[in-house]
Amino acid sequence: MNPIYDRLEIYLAAAAFLLAIGVFGLLRRRTLIGMLISGELIFSAASLNFMAFNRFTAPDPVVGQVFVLFIMGLAAAEVAIALSIILAVYRNYRSVNTKDLSELNG
Amino acid sequence: MSNFPAAIYIVSGIFILCLGTLTTGALIAVLSTRLIRSVCGLAICCLGLAGMYYFLRSPFLALMEILIYIGAVCVTIVFAVMLAEPDEAAESRQHGILWGTVAIGVAAAIFWGLWQLGTRVTWAVPQFRANSGSVEDIGKSLLTTYSLAFEMISLALLVAILGALAIARTGRTKS
Repeated sequence: MNPIYDRLEIYLAAAAFLLAIGVFGLLRRRTLIGMLISGELIFSAASLNFMAFNRFTAPDPVVGQVFVLFIMGLAAAEVAIALSIILAVYRNYRSVNTKDLSELNG
Repeated sequence: MSNFPAAIYIVSGIFILCLGTLTTGALIAVLSTRLIRSVCGLAICCLGLAGMYYFLRSPFLALMEILIYIGAVCVTIVFAVMLAEPDEAAESRQHGILWGTVAIGVAAAIFWGLWQLGTRVTWAVPQFRANSGSVEDIGKSLLTTYSLAFEMISLALLVAILGALAIARTGRTKS
């Protein structure tokens, strides 16, 4: 049996844990920034899954690394946009609680 | 592996340390009520994730994870926490417990399903490797096979920076 750091299931379980905890936070958080942090955890879960399959099952080990690099770049861009939107929302409403942002809520 | 018999246990210990860092960081990021602690949890989680990338034979991505996530994303979120003071107000207790139970149920279902999928399926092992996946190979393929995607992501980052500046600035001029 392979050592623990050389088994695909361990990495898949870690990625599944990250995804589950990210979804949990996304449901439970009530501020925009908290939801953004949970979204980052979900991004990390996807990246870890890509890297695990890249290491163990891909014939070309460059592809997964390049893909995860692009995920990181897009996540950084997404965070910049989301935070500027959060700041604009805070200036207008004096709050980033999702409960207060309900003007379109019939 | 090598002629030093305890090496495998030491490496396994380091791996378990990385795994523990990852899980505790994620739990802190989700469960703490103060958002600044939550950001710190995200940073710890990314440190553990960098260790996992190192064990997955990609030291380049481990460094990039630390550089981009801890160095850029977490610091930016800290700035937003500082500017928007977003601490969560206490909610009615019953509603919180109900919603927390629903969230735990959904998360447990996702984890259980993916765990079953990961352990039951036998994943195919490739017959050969096209290259070793070193930094040199990544650089070559970024400038040949993926050069268009590389340029497009620089364009996306430029547009994101301009958009962020525009959105944050219009709010300021109005008030």
